[in-house]
Amino acid sequence: MAVNRVDVTADAADLLRRLAGRHGPLMFHQSGGCCDGSAPMCYPAGEFRTGNADVHLGDLRVDGVGEPIAVWMSAAQFEYWRHTHLTIDVVPGRGSGFSLEAPEGVRFLIRSRLLTEQELVELGEYVRPR
Amino acid sequence: MATYAAPGDSGSVVAFRPRYDHFIGGEYVPPTGGEYFANPTPVTGAPFTEVARGTAADVDRAVRAAEGAAAAWGRTSPAERAEVLNKIADRIEQNLEAIAVAESWENGKPVRETLAADIPLAIDHFRYFAGAIRAQEGGISQLDADTVAYHFHEPLGVVGQIIPWNFPILMATWKLAPALAAGNTVVLKPAEQTPASIHVLLELIADLIPPGVVNVVNGFGVEAGKPLAQHSGIRKVAFTGETTTGRLIMQYASENIIPVTLELGGKSPNVFFADVADARDAFYDKALEGFAMFALNQGEVCTCPSRALIQSSIYSSFLSDAVERVKKIKQGNPLDTDTMIGAQASNDQLEKILSYIDIGKQEGAKVLTGGERVDLGGELSGGYYVQPTVFEGDNKMRVFQEEIFGPVVAVTRFDDYDDAIKVANDTLYGLGAGVWSRNGNTAFRAGRDIQAGRVWTNCYHAYPAHAAFGGYKQSGIGRENHKMMLDHYQQTKNLLVSYSQNAQGFF
Repeated sequence: MAVNRVDVTADAADLLRRLAGRHGPLMFHQSGGCCDGSAPMCYPAGEFRTGNADVHLGDLRVDGVGEPIAVWMSAAQFEYWRHTHLTIDVVPGRGSGFSLEAPEGVRFLIRSRLLTEQELVELGEYVRPR
Repeated sequence: MATYAAPGDSGSVVAFRPRYDHFIGGEYVPPTGGEYFANPTPVTGAPFTEVARGTAADVDRAVRAAEGAAAAWGRTSPAERAEVLNKIADRIEQNLEAIAVAESWENGKPVRETLAADIPLAIDHFRYFAGAIRAQEGGISQLDADTVAYHFHEPLGVVGQIIPWNFPILMATWKLAPALAAGNTVVLKPAEQTPASIHVLLELIADLIPPGVVNVVNGFGVEAGKPLAQHSGIRKVAFTGETTTGRLIMQYASENIIPVTLELGGKSPNVFFADVADARDAFYDKALEGFAMFALNQGEVCTCPSRALIQSSIYSSFLSDAVERVKKIKQGNPLDTDTMIGAQASNDQLEKILSYIDIGKQEGAKVLTGGERVDLGGELSGGYYVQPTVFEGDNKMRVFQEEIFGPVVAVTRFDDYDDAIKVANDTLYGLGAGVWSRNGNTAFRAGRDIQAGRVWTNCYHAYPAHAAFGGYKQSGIGRENHKMMLDHYQQTKNLLVSYSQNAQGFF
């Protein structure tokens, strides 16, 4: 399997199936800043206008969801995040800006790990000398 | 010391109602969709009331009520509006203790903060804008002997305000007081994490406000906040939150061509120059408290001093003293007046903080103290408590670059002045900053060189009504507080008047 920057847990995939059933194709934009920020926001695809200031991190392919779910982040934020792999998870919670899952009593959350040297090479990233 | 009885228990100074509807047109009305959602207290994790689940139909009804009230409220004299604001302030002051306990129970913050800061500041903000609107003057420019430009302030009309959960009542006040002073009517959407305490306040002041001037629609962001931000009847949106929702609100505002003010957070540097440690005196003690300010309100402050930058020559000794100070922070029941740090506002907030502590450790940041969830036992076991946490690391790490919005500070060192400014400004944000030095020249220069809207100099986390607050860079657009805030809620009307009898001569 090809190296990816972003993945999804089984619980989050379940939730995405439900949300896609209700709202149609979906997208994520990773937020920064306070309150509900520093967390992934889930919208109907195309609801949030991405542009030159954004980076497309990858697409989530979730069984039972027809369209791949694009994951985006602002390019400036990506500069500080590019060495990490992101997994979208879900936890019980409340409140999320305009993200779709809040009425379900849950909140999407980012779990992070460092990309391995091999992944960094395959993604064309600079590898820090040790 | 004293511990307030929990709301709902006998002897409590405040009682929540079992259910809150929307407040529209001066009365409580049930949600169109008939649904309610449970509201837990972060203190124990247990629900204590339920709140109307608003939808676009409720927002529409509230905007219409606000539109209906706008003309009459906009025509009231500044003195009349000031009187209303002053009466609101007096009423809050008379009920300070009850509101403070309600706010603590709602948000999880220690009652010593709501008693001494949140609610007294809310009172003062209403009084400040009551004074400011009466002192505000328009302009007269005499363009030539016969021509005069008059500049009048006029209200915008109906404004939409989306309130964060970290200071539910104070942040509502920051937005309400200037908007009402300027003659606008308001539709306000509280955060779904903290929807109830504003209603405790509202019930106390509802009789002072003409129907329709203030309307509150509860609900989730996607179901109630979004229709408010998109509504064609509003003339401005004010939002406090984060960058992605901020961009979405600008996107919606562009559809209606209306202005926004956005406060989107920060990653504020707190810079300690070497001369801070020239003596072990009251000022040194003050600086250590300044370091520990990252734990104020459990770190759930947009301006949380979450990056501490310490000059190399004092790094070890100052950091060691600072960590000792942090270890003395008393964590416990938020309703105990001795408690300094309470509960995070929600379960997802707790989980997010723990996930950032995890990536901090993976990146090699060293935990000097804290770093774990806390179980306070008994009923509090279900609450959302995190130890005050001090990380040591490098400014490129994610714990130095992302707003964790928890009691977590990331500490690094700098060699000289230029290095300090470089590291301080190496961030996407520019909301707050702290500068600590005994040398006025150093402090002044650093304050001007740091790209942030508010630089606390030899202090931190003071929020007077009379000082402008807002962000550079990705921290947002516009300002709050200070009389300049009135401009953000006003149109400018120019009458360009000729007193000449003669034609202009073109035709």
